[in-house]
Amino acid sequence: MSATLYVPIDAGALSIGAGEVAAAITAEAARRHAPLTLVRNGSRGAYWLEPMVEVATPEGRVAYGPVAPRDVPSLFAADFLAGGAHPLSLGPTDSIPWLKGQQRLTFERVGIVDPASASDYVKHGGYQGLERALALAPGEVVQAVTASGLRGRGGAAFPTGIKWKTVLEQTAVQKYVTCNADEGDSGTFADRMLMEGDPFTLIEGMTIAAVAVGASAGFIYLRAEYPHALAALRTAIAAAYSAGYLGADVAGSGKRFDLEVRVGAGAYICGEETSMLESLEGRRGEVRVRPPLPAIKGLFGQPTIVNNVVTLASIPWILAHGAEAYANFGMGKSRGTLPIQLAGNIRRGGLVERAFGLTLRELLYDYGGGTATGKPIRAVQVGGPLGAYIPPSQFDTAVDYEALAGIGALLGHGGVVVFDDTVDMARMARYAMEFCAIESCGKCTPCRIGSTRGVEVIDRIIAGVDAEHNVQLLEELCELMVQGSLCGLGGMAPFPVQSALKHFREDFRARH
Amino acid sequence: MDPLSPADTAVVRRIVTEHKGRPGPLLEVLHAIQARMGFVPAGAVPVVADELNLSRAEVHGVVTFYHYFRSARPGKHTVSLCQAEACQSMGAEALAAHARRRLGIDFHQTTADGEISLEPIYCLGNCACSPAALVDGRLYGRLTPEGFDALVADSTSS
Repeated sequence: MSATLYVPIDAGALSIGAGEVAAAITAEAARRHAPLTLVRNGSRGAYWLEPMVEVATPEGRVAYGPVAPRDVPSLFAADFLAGGAHPLSLGPTDSIPWLKGQQRLTFERVGIVDPASASDYVKHGGYQGLERALALAPGEVVQAVTASGLRGRGGAAFPTGIKWKTVLEQTAVQKYVTCNADEGDSGTFADRMLMEGDPFTLIEGMTIAAVAVGASAGFIYLRAEYPHALAALRTAIAAAYSAGYLGADVAGSGKRFDLEVRVGAGAYICGEETSMLESLEGRRGEVRVRPPLPAIKGLFGQPTIVNNVVTLASIPWILAHGAEAYANFGMGKSRGTLPIQLAGNIRRGGLVERAFGLTLRELLYDYGGGTATGKPIRAVQVGGPLGAYIPPSQFDTAVDYEALAGIGALLGHGGVVVFDDTVDMARMARYAMEFCAIESCGKCTPCRIGSTRGVEVIDRIIAGVDAEHNVQLLEELCELMVQGSLCGLGGMAPFPVQSALKHFREDFRARH
Repeated sequence: MDPLSPADTAVVRRIVTEHKGRPGPLLEVLHAIQARMGFVPAGAVPVVADELNLSRAEVHGVVTFYHYFRSARPGKHTVSLCQAEACQSMGAEALAAHARRRLGIDFHQTTADGEISLEPIYCLGNCACSPAALVDGRLYGRLTPEGFDALVADSTSS
């Protein structure tokens, strides 16, 4: 009997040798005349165990990791194709404690399915949400999304159902569904993992959105830094067309939905929704003044849904299992689950999908196991380059939109970047301003000029030039950028700076 | 600005024709030109503008707005080192300093022999395996200075 093996094709796993491991397994199997089927799946998200190889056994999948090509002969010798014991054995994948405690809804199929196969997707419960949506009236689909409590996972946390309702209520010849896959925040990779590991979930989510609001065309705006996700999406879209889930007659409903991927070109600002629309139209990614909202006048001036990858990928689960089932997860106004990304200087980094409400401490120590360097954690930055730095005294804060806002931080896209006690917070503050200066679209003055002045002022502080006066100047500059910028880039770039000043003031002094 | 050769002009016109019918085609066109030629030559700008009925200023404005589009021919290999926060927390700055020393160039420069261009990049989505780098489209994680030297040696010998 031919054994079935899984070796991830996820970019993160490939970056640390999954491709070489797959090649070594194929070569060793050929040498031993051992027939096997090799599936290139997504990553389970436990990156400290990657490259992780799984073997299908009658009792379920058994995992081995982290595997290097040189381990392959001994794995065969230990009969790993039948789940045999080996020093790298992790036991049944589902019993790995790090994975077992997670609540995977949006990521339920990532690492499980073959991301290139529409039929495997259907076999694992795919397209049940669309089937349900097609049986409902458009208003009922929107109502289900509203009732689920789902809020935009890109960072703005706007209620998804309300956005969809606005688009549904517009009368237009053409409406669009667009997916913001410009995941540019450092410390985030949930969008990438999902697109590489289970792209059909995103496609299904967008199709449900199209059915709900009456849109016949969609675009995924993908960042140029994600070539693996691009390949996975293109393969999956072609397969969805062949299987009749995209095109003129979506799943036999008589409704048309055409979907294509457009690739960005290395501009962080294009993650801002109006800038993304400009870019999709083939222009400089300069922010638009709102109103009008994209839901009313969006892509090419037409009513447009703009949602993040994780938001859209949560839709199939909500439709398939019901709004109430989703809303039963979470706390307060943060309903459902959040795929949190543990990144940076962390021992056990990766993707943790849990209901809102987990504390940072549980995340950093129970899941993360502290820093990779073994030194104490000094700060974490939550929510990407525009997110605040949080000191250990606030690690009992829950991962929840309101709880983080309550301490002057933000959740953003759910990325948590960990720093040990060697971090220099004045330099991190300087970097926040520098990044804003590099990525500013230039349309408004507070962002374009303010960020450059911010770098200069911090340089003077670090050089010991009139530090007290310059710290005050920096605080005033931050306030001006927050109040006066046109969009979130200039308006939030001061958050890391302000939080560094507040919690790590001792670092803002002259260097010797 | 050097005008394109007749052969390159024909290539650019053919690329534009392929994408012309699509909505908002300019970025797609520029991607196709860069994929084919390695960069977007200044001489391509008037050709694209003419074909898409845009002004040269509009096309130039788009080429220069986006970090990904290059206006000069890059080295044979491009090494992009992530400089964002997660990679910084795992020593990206020291790695970048090592890379500069090893190659004798700064970011946005190409080695004198035309072999390697060094670029900063802001997040490759590999933040649980920092520091990360992209070399000729291939992603690397947990990159050490020794690993960097091996990559450079591999690239230049191939």
